[in-house]
Amino acid sequence: MKKKYSIFSLVKNSLSDNQNWKKMWRNPDPRKFYDVIIVGGGGHGLGTAYYLAKEHGLKNIAVIEKGWLGGGNTGRNTTIIRSNYLWDESAHLYEHSLKLWENLSSELNYNIMFSQRGVLNLAHNEHDVKEIRRRVSANKLNGIDSEWVDPNQIKKLVPIMNTENCRYPVLGASYQPRAGVARHDAVAWGYAMRADELGVDIIQNCEVKKIRTAKGKVQGVETSKGFIRSNRVGVVASGHTSVLAATAGIKLPLQSKALQALVSEPIKPVINTVVMSNAVHAYVSQSDKGELVIGAGTDGYNSYTQRGGYNIIEDTIRAIVELYPIFGKMKMLRQWGGIVDITPDASPILSKCEVEGLYFNCGWGTGGFKATPGSANVFAHTIAKNKAHKINAPFSVDRFVSGRLVDEHGAAAVAH
Amino acid sequence: MFTIRCPYCGERDQSEFSNGGEAHVARPKDPEQINDREWSEYVFIRANPKGIYYERWVHTHGCKKWFNAVRNTSTDEILKVYKMGETPPPLKEFKNTIKTPSGEPDVGSGNFSVKKP
Repeated sequence: MKKKYSIFSLVKNSLSDNQNWKKMWRNPDPRKFYDVIIVGGGGHGLGTAYYLAKEHGLKNIAVIEKGWLGGGNTGRNTTIIRSNYLWDESAHLYEHSLKLWENLSSELNYNIMFSQRGVLNLAHNEHDVKEIRRRVSANKLNGIDSEWVDPNQIKKLVPIMNTENCRYPVLGASYQPRAGVARHDAVAWGYAMRADELGVDIIQNCEVKKIRTAKGKVQGVETSKGFIRSNRVGVVASGHTSVLAATAGIKLPLQSKALQALVSEPIKPVINTVVMSNAVHAYVSQSDKGELVIGAGTDGYNSYTQRGGYNIIEDTIRAIVELYPIFGKMKMLRQWGGIVDITPDASPILSKCEVEGLYFNCGWGTGGFKATPGSANVFAHTIAKNKAHKINAPFSVDRFVSGRLVDEHGAAAVAH
Repeated sequence: MFTIRCPYCGERDQSEFSNGGEAHVARPKDPEQINDREWSEYVFIRANPKGIYYERWVHTHGCKKWFNAVRNTSTDEILKVYKMGETPPPLKEFKNTIKTPSGEPDVGSGNFSVKKP
């Protein structure tokens, strides 16, 4: 039954002390066979299952997750959403995503708290200025709302920023007003609920141990709940994609590293946009609860430890305090790390591979959250039609053979 | 965050070092003979295991010398450090603590620090 959320359901349920809300999704045992298996129950994986069921009419789909929904990078990111990427290929992909974000709460009838508060990408030196101005122009040509703003305009947007009296003064920025943030857990839950309603089996606490293949075709997955047969398997496992791919004998150009983030104690509203700086490496936004959400860089070595080095946080905090002296005495509440899979060109892989029926959605590296709906949407198309959508065709794994890379190290905004 | 025993300077904080990625990647012997796919493997594809990993480090803020290390990427425990040019220790010398592909080892997994039982 379709679960509708509205002011009336809130009132009705409050009368019974909120004890009678229905479960958002079932907790089924796995069947023996599925038409499509998605490995990984984060935003991208659940979204893929949702679009497969909704837009491509597939009925027999499973999402297999080793832990709980959205417990990986979907719940660990800094929730920034934007589409101001340099190259046409990326601009189309991230803009497709941003357009889906704009309608996602109403499509899912679930409040994902998408807030288009804009994003500033700061320039601190001549090279930054040139690079960002070029990117603004490229964005405009792709119909993306990006503009160049000077320090005076930045001061109006973010009065607390120290633009002059610092080691790396702020010389300008790109500004995308349609960018913003969303509640990351709600994205996973919203997709999960609606996918479940369309008949998708969401199987949690079930680890995929091996992707079984024979004669160049995928046979299914061996899991902690037994073997599950399927002719089509989509792997959406972020940092652990290399490990899973290796079980099918596939090598992907990915390196897994720890990326950290931290939040402060909650304070009154003080910064109402997202500010990112590539050069001094500090980015910050303020959550609706009032916490500053701060993203650090990746550690300089491969790791699966989900924690990261303290020196990386120290660098970020140093930059934050210089840019915003007002934050100097604040206390940080929590810090965590997630394992991100980074490609050589900082662009994702949304692709078939040499094994028939095996698909990969990976390589999002340090910035996958913003792409969740778009990535899920075109990946579902790729699996359903066994052919890339025109938006994700340039993101084939074959680009590392042809040499047609989509180099987005500049727009990725996180040092790695 | 961890410390690394530089074979020239001794034990120092990891932040003094820079990582050089996978160790022992050999350049193709006859580059003019190999095809694009083989070039792609050499240029772009590097090992990315969860578990035992052979890698290079350089003591950037110290002696500036390069050396190799064997590290468990699921715990960040450094198991062995050896100089450039020395024969890499065989894989069987190390106990891989990873039980399943994405599974966690007995100690030092996830958000917990490495500790000896």
